[in-house]
Amino acid sequence: MANQDIPNQEILLDMYKKSALAKINDENARRVIMNGSLPMIYYSPRGQEIIPAAISVNLNNSDSICTIYRGMHDMVCKGIPLEKLWGEYAGKSTGTCKGKGGPMHITHPETGCMLTTGIVGSSLPIANGLALSYQIKNEKKVCVAYFGDAASNIGAFHEALNMASIWKLPVVFVCQNNRYGEHTKFEKATSVTRISDRAAAYGMPGIHVDGNDPVAMYNAAKTAIDRARNGEGPTLIEAMTFRFYGHVFGDQDGYMDKEEKAKAMAEDPLPKFRAWLIEQGYASEQVLMELEVAFDKQVKEAIASALSAPWPELDELNIDVLAAAQH
Amino acid sequence: MMESLNNQITTVEAINSALADAMTIEDGIILLGEDVADPEEGGVAGVTRGLSTRFGDSRVRSTPISEQAIVGAGIGAAMAGMRPVVEIMMMNFATVAMDMIVNHAAKLRFMSGGQTQVPLTIRMATGAGLSTAGQHADYLEAWFAHTAGIKVVTYSSPAEAYGLLQSCIFDNDPCIFIENFIAYAQKGTAPEKNSRIPLGKANIVRAGKHVTVVSYGPQVGIALAVAEKLSAEGVELEVVDLRTISPWDKATVLESVKRTGRLVINHEAVKAFGVGAEIAAVVQQELWGDLLAPVRRVGAPSCPVPYSRPLELAFMTSEADLENEIRLALK
Ligand SMILES: Cc1ncc(C[n+]2csc(CCOP(=O)(O)OP(=O)(O)O)c2C)c(N)n1
Ligand SMILES: [Mg+2]
Repeated sequence: MANQDIPNQEILLDMYKKSALAKINDENARRVIMNGSLPMIYYSPRGQEIIPAAISVNLNNSDSICTIYRGMHDMVCKGIPLEKLWGEYAGKSTGTCKGKGGPMHITHPETGCMLTTGIVGSSLPIANGLALSYQIKNEKKVCVAYFGDAASNIGAFHEALNMASIWKLPVVFVCQNNRYGEHTKFEKATSVTRISDRAAAYGMPGIHVDGNDPVAMYNAAKTAIDRARNGEGPTLIEAMTFRFYGHVFGDQDGYMDKEEKAKAMAEDPLPKFRAWLIEQGYASEQVLMELEVAFDKQVKEAIASALSAPWPELDELNIDVLAAAQH
Repeated sequence: MMESLNNQITTVEAINSALADAMTIEDGIILLGEDVADPEEGGVAGVTRGLSTRFGDSRVRSTPISEQAIVGAGIGAAMAGMRPVVEIMMMNFATVAMDMIVNHAAKLRFMSGGQTQVPLTIRMATGAGLSTAGQHADYLEAWFAHTAGIKVVTYSSPAEAYGLLQSCIFDNDPCIFIENFIAYAQKGTAPEKNSRIPLGKANIVRAGKHVTVVSYGPQVGIALAVAEKLSAEGVELEVVDLRTISPWDKATVLESVKRTGRLVINHEAVKAFGVGAEIAAVVQQELWGDLLAPVRRVGAPSCPVPYSRPLELAFMTSEADLENEIRLALK
């Protein structure tokens, strides 16, 4: 744990709850894919949960996020209702998007989950637009753009950082550096050793942080979000982490460095965080176990309800393509 | 190299061999794309597997996720005399490189008064049916076909993929080569080494006298299946595989429709403003007096590709859709 200001017990437990729920949700997702009850193309964020947990405890419900295909943890930490999330995974009418968008395109504005994109880099420019609106309307709201390490090599990243900086937009760019972009190693595709260094080119602070360290990640998130909310402009956070289950769940990850992966998995941030909370007296084993059992039950109920929910009517193909007739 | 004993190969093997065989005879061919080299497993579908090992990582390069820079580098290298083949993993990702493709690759020959040229091949895969929803499954061939200065090519079997890709690579104009994700595993007879199929020439894959069906890509297989079915009823379809979508082989299509008097165009892309509309317009103008029925089209509804399985199935064109349009044409 970083030798920094430690957030209070309430915040720490909130962070644990969020990240544990995301972890348990992921375990169930992999389970239902493996047992064939809910096959889907799934980009597991397992290993990266501390990042959105630390971000989300600094956000209000009215703040928003724009995330990517590997964004389940981001949205669960933001508070997306599980039943609707699973309804969408199952392609059912009860899903967040009536089954039309699917896992790569979850949207739930009520909890501020404004966008899930399947296009690398596209979360950043759109987050700028949400932030621009908050700024013009003086709403004191913040938008967080989540994206991966490899996304920092596409034009959209660079254009968005520059624009956010010149307009001092209330946006936080959160790069989850999990060391790989699809099958390509970070070092092979990226000209800098630290993505956070790229912030300097756009005149904004760049924070390089261990995204698996709850205390360090909390402080980075708080600094950046406070700054955005106070009208001081954007920040680029590069949160170092690792993805445990390859690019798309089921890929054989032969392109990955076996030792690197084994080491990262041995240092799973969730059990570490859990042990630390108990050791430091923030929570008892009993309390955390009860939480986890309740979360697992909640997730399983959401899955069961998604599986038994009705499919969308075929007429949905003609609905939501354009707005309903206006007068 | 990857041919199996019984002379049957998959589409992935056919494309891989087309690239390998072309690279063997022409040093100016380089491959650029995300994950295309062997440390990255030769692409997400393994299409370029083995090529970086065989031809070296100077000629076969895994790139950053930078489609604009990938296509741009392909254009520049082509202007300098190379024959680059760039891979855009999925057709939808070409959207972030459209400036390079539409404003540059397509127009440089004309705008430079013929002083420069862009012998570039841009491979891209797509197709609905895998529950990948709205940003990974669009057929966008009409966008490219609508732009002068670029050729748009696709195939209906592994051997066709081989011969057409070879022709794209050795063509002096930019070519969009469209691959279908689901059909990557499709098997077929292996082509002859270095056999090329000329661009701009359609192929009559089945002769028939009652209705002409014009199609391309995996939809040709659908047309052939419907043809078998209707043959039992005494209806003989003539199935034309366009092969090159733009510029398309008007002569072959017009000659066929002149004989049959009926035309149905079948594509996976959205019907509205699609390739079928252009063909229908030309045919009705040229063959007005010969047509026995209005030209009909099969295509997807004007809707993003949906995720939910029943919606996706309803969105995708099917044998039943084609059969229905053929019956209407025969009325
Ligand atoms: C414009 C674009 N190009 C390529 C892809 C295919 N693709 C999907 S995810 C991905 C890797 C992205 O890596 P990174 O940004 O590090 O995020 P991670 O998946 O590691 O979370 C690629 C190349 C895409 N979706 N969009
Ligand atoms: Mg990554």
